[in-house]
Amino acid sequence: MAEVMVVTSGKGGVGKTTSTAALGAALAQSGQKVVVVDFDVGLRNLDLVMGAERRVVYDLINVVQGDANLNQALIRDKRVDTLCLLPASQTRDKDNLTQDGVDRVMDQLRAQFDWVICDSPAGIERGATLAMRHADLAVVVTNPEVSSVRDSDRIIGLLDSKTLRAENGGRIEKHLLLTRYDPIRAERGDMLKVDDVLEILSIPLLGIVPESPEVLRASNLGTPVTLSDASSAPARAYADAAKRLMGQTVPMNVPSDKRGLLGKFFSRRAA
Amino acid sequence: MSLFSFFQKQRTTAPAARERLQILLAHERAEIGQSDLVAVLREEILAVIARHVPINRDKVKVKMDKRDQMSTLEVDIELPQQAGLLTAH
Repeated sequence: MAEVMVVTSGKGGVGKTTSTAALGAALAQSGQKVVVVDFDVGLRNLDLVMGAERRVVYDLINVVQGDANLNQALIRDKRVDTLCLLPASQTRDKDNLTQDGVDRVMDQLRAQFDWVICDSPAGIERGATLAMRHADLAVVVTNPEVSSVRDSDRIIGLLDSKTLRAENGGRIEKHLLLTRYDPIRAERGDMLKVDDVLEILSIPLLGIVPESPEVLRASNLGTPVTLSDASSAPARAYADAAKRLMGQTVPMNVPSDKRGLLGKFFSRRAA
Repeated sequence: MSLFSFFQKQRTTAPAARERLQILLAHERAEIGQSDLVAVLREEILAVIARHVPINRDKVKVKMDKRDQMSTLEVDIELPQQAGLLTAH
């Protein structure tokens, strides 16, 4: 049976889509059958970050409304053959995403894949609650910044009340993914430290993704960062996080971009 | 030295961020707990009324308003027409 995971946050722009793509690719590379689903109807972006924007014919809304079947809408990744994308629609009418329709699609996805990763829209609106509804576990993406931490606290509250698991008296597994972390600034006292954020939000830590130019580079190219340069610091952080999701024990540290100038130069040219 | 420590003090902002967040979230978590109270109240009111008259779940509104000096609880229940007739007999 598939694991359904929602990648969520309160605040926008903290790296949900980047994280969805990176974790999805890393899980798929280790042989798991993975589908990444874009729930951000109206403002889709996962297709762009995955480099599949020109291959979208049918989308989530088409499947929900029965205009296309699931296999027509799924886009198979060209780099990793166990990775699929279900894109969001750009239609402005978000109400087309009905709860019954989403229930049906999620049942079908669960049957076909090992991991169903839902990229949630930001905020606490209906789109976000639909994305988290079926989740068995949640990755709360947070920046070490006051507004992001505060909004994450709200989302954690929603995860404990608005998911099917919570409604049935269960609990959803929640993990913190701290992105854009700068260990030097944190050490200097200019940025909330990992321990500060963990103490405030009190959910277990899945990973620390360091601030790195590689993240922007990868999204510019439409490649999940774990595929674009596997040796880069963010790629290693996401790969470790993916291993932890699969139940492996990986020591937690902040990877750094400490490579020789020459090494950096060559890896950039190669990508 | 004193100049150095002056700059150091100006620069270290993370402890302030941490403290502000802790106070704010303690406050916000308490408030969100209250909106749960409204939901619980609504369910219990519904259950009590449903014991005596058939009732449309959407026609029961429970709202809590917080002001500076006091809070008000507003309960708005719309009963179906037959319910009124039943009690008249």
